[in-house]
Amino acid sequence: MEYFAIVIGAIFVNNIVLAQFLGICPYMGVSAKVSTSVGMSGAVLFVMTLATIVTFLIYNYVLVPFNVTYLQTISYILVISSLVQMVEIMLKKVSPELYQALGIFLPLITTNCAIMGVALLTVQNEFTLLQGVVFAISHAAGFALAIILFAGIREHMDLMDLPKAMRGAPAALVVAGILALAFMGFAGLV
Amino acid sequence: MSQWKNFTKGLIKDNPVYILLLGLCPALGVTTSAFNGLGMGLATTFVLLGSNIVVSLIKNLIPDKVRIPSFIVIIASFVTIVQLTMEAYMPDLFDSLGLFIPLIVVNCLVMGRAEAFASKKDTLSSMIDALGMGLGFALALTMLGGLREILGAYSIFGIQLIPGVSDGMLVFVLAPGAFIGMGYLIILFNYLKKKTA
Repeated sequence: MEYFAIVIGAIFVNNIVLAQFLGICPYMGVSAKVSTSVGMSGAVLFVMTLATIVTFLIYNYVLVPFNVTYLQTISYILVISSLVQMVEIMLKKVSPELYQALGIFLPLITTNCAIMGVALLTVQNEFTLLQGVVFAISHAAGFALAIILFAGIREHMDLMDLPKAMRGAPAALVVAGILALAFMGFAGLV
Repeated sequence: MSQWKNFTKGLIKDNPVYILLLGLCPALGVTTSAFNGLGMGLATTFVLLGSNIVVSLIKNLIPDKVRIPSFIVIIASFVTIVQLTMEAYMPDLFDSLGLFIPLIVVNCLVMGRAEAFASKKDTLSSMIDALGMGLGFALALTMLGGLREILGAYSIFGIQLIPGVSDGMLVFVLAPGAFIGMGYLIILFNYLKKKTA
């Protein structure tokens, strides 16, 4: 039941993009086509889960015992960026197909605040490791849901006759606002 | 380019949020009121100024291959300074900005200026660039925060505009208002940019 609440809460109620405003850069940047947004979602799922596990271990077994929790920000960003590099190198060797699919999205992820945000939230909520993993996977699923829905709408929007000033970013943001309005309907579910 | 132009480019012509579309996460996330927007904007300005100065001072000492990790460490140090200082002296603001203070470290604006400007130019220009860009960011956040506060709570910087009426259009304080408000502010800035160019 507890895990169920985490999953529903992360995907619908506190959707990472539309309610918590994390990961807006990739949300705006790679959502022009459904296919690229699926690739980005895959990369986010992969890195977010790994990063949450690694930062959880670092926080509880290095930072807390040595009483240096103020180094959290520095250590997390270093761990996440080296993790992304390592994943990229390993994927290239182990699974070239997956690398082909996720390749270009991996470097972009280092500056994706969603990854760092979920790692920080896991500590803030005092989750156990298993809860943290479930939390990360459901947040990644929420990201996927939001970005794929948005890309679907944007593909249709290209065909519309919008006023010149609205074209591009302004229209995309207003659509994201309406999507956020729709997601507010889930408030109070958990 | 004169230093004056270097300073003012961040305000309208290259406004980091509305024209360059950088740092959108904090811009949408913390701007529930004008004061929060201003606080976040100034915190980011401080980090930007610190990292730009340090990067431009030691740019010749950093080997090219490890420059990005070095920039990250420099930026993260300044973010930690802001985090600890704000927690000690402004606990209320620290609570309302929450997660977005440590997340300054992944703000693409800070990294972008270090990589594109400070690692190539002299210290004085980098300082002026950081101040201009930082104030442009603060202006952008204060405007969005002000817009949301006026429409959502009929107040600005906590001062009631209509005495006795305090519950405005709630949607502007909540998530959708941030997206929609920013969409229209982008239109305004595109117009201003065209006007002044």
